[in-house]
Amino acid sequence: MSREDVLVSADWAERHIGQEGVVFVEVDEDTAAYDHGHIPGAVKLDWKLDLQDPVRRDFVNREQFEKLLSGRGIGNDDTVVLYGGNNNWFAAYAYWYFKLYGHRDVKLLDGGRKRWELDDRKLVTDIPQRPTTEYRAQEQDLSIRAFRDEVTEAIGAKNLVDVRSPDEYAGRLLAPAHLPQEQSQRAGHVPTAVNVPWSKAANEDGTFRSDDELRKIYSGAGVDFDTSTIAYCRIGERSSHTWFVLHELLGQADVKNYDGSWTEYGSLVGVPIALGDEPGKA
Amino acid sequence: MSTADVSGSPTGQPASLGGGGCAAPDQAAPLPASVNLAKDTVIAGTVVADGGSPVGGAYVRLLDATGEFTAEVVTSALGDFRFFAAPGEWTVRALSRAGNADAQVTAEQGLNRLTLSVAQD
Repeated sequence: MSREDVLVSADWAERHIGQEGVVFVEVDEDTAAYDHGHIPGAVKLDWKLDLQDPVRRDFVNREQFEKLLSGRGIGNDDTVVLYGGNNNWFAAYAYWYFKLYGHRDVKLLDGGRKRWELDDRKLVTDIPQRPTTEYRAQEQDLSIRAFRDEVTEAIGAKNLVDVRSPDEYAGRLLAPAHLPQEQSQRAGHVPTAVNVPWSKAANEDGTFRSDDELRKIYSGAGVDFDTSTIAYCRIGERSSHTWFVLHELLGQADVKNYDGSWTEYGSLVGVPIALGDEPGKA
Repeated sequence: MSTADVSGSPTGQPASLGGGGCAAPDQAAPLPASVNLAKDTVIAGTVVADGGSPVGGAYVRLLDATGEFTAEVVTSALGDFRFFAAPGEWTVRALSRAGNADAQVTAEQGLNRLTLSVAQD
């Protein structure tokens, strides 16, 4: 796996618009951005409506995912190119989600919507009509998804990477600063987790830093590439961005995204929590 | 080149807007009911271009006192942005097709307003 296999530039994307077998998918939490203008031919996925179970806190199941992709006209052999706002957080989440259900060829558009807009590249409002497919998903690949018990077992044993902002990590804020602050959980981080904000991996325009820079950032923070890693954030989308960096760009073998993340962990009864800027003890 | 006007006058805005995931909420919407300006610290303002015309669709990032990224929002059609932060030193930086700008803010409890005037670097 190399960078070229998983990450495409805006120039590459422009050259492949309308090409048979390449499907652009915009993924956002608020799909108003798509409705106002998207890459020509791109279909949309709504992070919440399409990818979350409407009742329980979990993903849509395999059959629901098959129905979703069939309805969007995405086939098993298509190259899926994901992009979105928020520096590709939700696109990276969808990337991880597509991998979870076994889609073979998925790519992320470097810089996402932001780079595309700042470059003043073409956006259209036409909704593409793609013929439905018979999409077949695999069982979830749980080698890339962590659940809460694995997180508590990983304390002091595996790399835990908290990718939230320093203030969320330390417990001074409970949510990112563009959101009203929640009160439903305890603040802090999983003991022994190092804090490498997802943003360290990205340039100002949302593109990823070079492999060398990325390796330096994570090893400098204490991530041992020869052992296993679990990444988490608040609801699992920023940590998908970091999962993409560690697993897809840098090729670390065992990296899981803990999608329960702080909104689950910070609400658990009896689990240890560290406060402040230091990782804390196991 | 950039300029900033910072003032701290709280306003009583009507309430609406629900919570959600981590994505940026509508920047033009009134402050949510759960926001208590007697307790919370809000950094809000407008991005304008030369001549004072508002810049919609600008990317505005909030950096903490060490320069670390904290949050990013996209301005409304009227150039509005808003962050929920904490008292202290912050940098607000705008990226747009009309140019970039940044400003230092010493935020206090309540509403901290500023105007970012973008120009080509």
